Amino acid sequence: MSARDNILRRLHSAPQGKPVLPPDVNGFYATVRSRAPTEDRAQRIERFCEKMAFWRGEVVRVTRGNWAATLQALCVSKQVNTLLYGTQSPYAAALEASGIKGLKPYDRPVDEWKTGLFRDIDAGFTSTRGGIAETGTLIVWPDAHQPRLMSLVPPIHFALLDADQIHDTLFDAMSAQGWSDPSSPMPSNALLISGPSKTADIQITLAYGAHGPKELVVLLLVNEEEL
Amino acid sequence: MNTVQENTQALKFIPASEFKNRTTEAVSDQHLRQSFRGAMDFLMAKRAAQFPDLAAFEAQRGLAEHIRKYSLSRLPDLLEQLERTLTANGIQVHWAENAEQANALIVGIARKHAAKLMVKGKSMVSEETELNHAMAAAGIEALESDMGEYIVQLNGEKPSHIIMPAIHKTKVQIAKLFAEKVPGANYTESVDELIGIGRAVLREKFMTAEIGLSGVNFAVAETGTLCLVENEGNGRMCTTVPNVHIAITGIEKVVEKLEHVPPLFGLLTRSATGQAITTYFNMISRPRQPGEKDGPQEVHLVLLDNGRTQAYADEQMRATLQCIRCGACMNHCPVYTRIGGHAYGTTYPGPIGEIISPHLMGLAATHALPTASTLCGACDEVCPVKIPIPDLLIRLRGEATHDPRPGHAPLVGQGAAKSTLMNIVWAGWAALYTRPALYRAFGWLATRFRFLTPPVQSGWTVSRTPMKPASRTLHELVARRRSGR
Ligand code: SF4
Repeated sequence: MSARDNILRRLHSAPQGKPVLPPDVNGFYATVRSRAPTEDRAQRIERFCEKMAFWRGEVVRVTRGNWAATLQALCVSKQVNTLLYGTQSPYAAALEASGIKGLKPYDRPVDEWKTGLFRDIDAGFTSTRGGIAETGTLIVWPDAHQPRLMSLVPPIHFALLDADQIHDTLFDAMSAQGWSDPSSPMPSNALLISGPSKTADIQITLAYGAHGPKELVVLLLVNEEEL
Repeated sequence: MNTVQENTQALKFIPASEFKNRTTEAVSDQHLRQSFRGAMDFLMAKRAAQFPDLAAFEAQRGLAEHIRKYSLSRLPDLLEQLERTLTANGIQVHWAENAEQANALIVGIARKHAAKLMVKGKSMVSEETELNHAMAAAGIEALESDMGEYIVQLNGEKPSHIIMPAIHKTKVQIAKLFAEKVPGANYTESVDELIGIGRAVLREKFMTAEIGLSGVNFAVAETGTLCLVENEGNGRMCTTVPNVHIAITGIEKVVEKLEHVPPLFGLLTRSATGQAITTYFNMISRPRQPGEKDGPQEVHLVLLDNGRTQAYADEQMRATLQCIRCGACMNHCPVYTRIGGHAYGTTYPGPIGEIISPHLMGLAATHALPTASTLCGACDEVCPVKIPIPDLLIRLRGEATHDPRPGHAPLVGQGAAKSTLMNIVWAGWAALYTRPALYRAFGWLATRFRFLTPPVQSGWTVSRTPMKPASRTLHELVARRRSGR
């Protein structure tokens, strides 16, 4: 008998006990929501910014018209000499036209340039799939064009977030975006990111830039009047 | 970097069976007690700030308990479903009944890839299987990359807390350790600089390691997704940079649906460190796909039993497996706070360790652990999945001293703490308390001959004054008062 069979046999032969009904997660969150004051878009954006700031994420409000120029200015002020980006991402053209110096495409497998990625890149730019207001969180969905390590290895992570895509809670985000919908299966890797990497492992003293980015800068896409 | 050799030699292995001796040692270590007291006070305050509304907290943990109970009620089916979805996603699933099997599987995978270095994200299950020893024996370096784990490994120790492994160390101790053990590191007491040293050393290792190992916080059966919770980013490094990722988890960590994760995740981080969320929540569903430029080419999951099916087989003790390893029970435990994590000599210290270790290691080695509780119930009050820890402690104390009750299979080490002397004492006690005449006679003798009480009374007088009967029994005193004398 294999280990698998033995384990499953032991589990199956255990007393069943009273059957437990499936939990009503949806109902739970509906109740929570019905008790909380409803938030409008402006309040939700405000809450996201406040929470993200709590995690030491920097939020810069931008518009569709000026985000690339803002990023260019940020790169200058943060002395970013090489900015990693995804060539075929929907934002590539705008980046390439922005005049950012040291734009570096992530255009080949990491195995071919691992040392370069770790040593020579100052910042990475990725888009996001959305945000979560309750916790100040980015939803990052890496793919072939915007690989996983872009938001991890470079010391600065710039992330573009569309304010239309900010949800109240993680549960709301996964329901609205259909994460468990079998027709659009989960990607190899999906991420929630709340601030730069950190640790409190030495004498519970908080330190930023543990293994991942030391800085997280969110470019928050809003309408002109919300700037 | 230090070599594999040094790591294994320096490891201070402490058998769980010598628990009582170590507690004495631990409570007299002022330094250690201050470290833990300070850290636990801090963590308790941070957690409390996350749950300002008690009714809301009760509702949340009611749901979390329900989710965990539901998942466990369907455990074998969910494991099979998980295996199907993961396999369909391209993740290889392995099963291990015990630590040796799990380690052999992992060593086998590492050998197949001719690996020399494995970087490890935080995984308490790999501590449980003592994977690092097995890797060292196979000539493969296993390097911890969580800052706390890195520190304790550098010092040849084990974690003293499941969430904050190096909580027993002060920054001065860590400063000395780094200056001594990390080549090229200068002495510094700045926490930022110390973290910077660890970051630099470990980044080199992430680049060269062939294998990355991680634990799992939740495994989602419906989508075939492994979820990892962390702040540092080392977990993401271990699961993304090396060519092979091996995840290891206890069989109890599976949930049915993705929507079951948010309530558990929200309570886990709030209960553990008082954070509303961690920096990273890492959801892994498949290895690198064609066209993708990074991520491991191979992903493996090792499902470990190691005594969990024993807890599962008993309807009461099954609740032990609801645990989401937040560590809140230890943060709030008056015993843990005084003796620290190492005294337990087990992978999981504190209240959760006292109820899970007997299943993982057998009662023979662990029967003293469930006695390390005042049954104050603090753990019960804070546990985000409502495990009735005090009830389970009492149950295990009993199982350690008697044969299995009818209809129950014996636990490993059942009755290991049986003692003839104790049985005689209890039989005598029962006889006295059920026979009024005998009871009165005993009371009369004990009070009249109280000058005969020995001044040294076995374990009692080690740290307490001797017990001595009063000069008259309570019955006599009450009777005297009633008669107005
Ligand atoms: S027993 Fe409860 S409080 Fe303790 S670690 Fe597990 S979930 Fe947390």
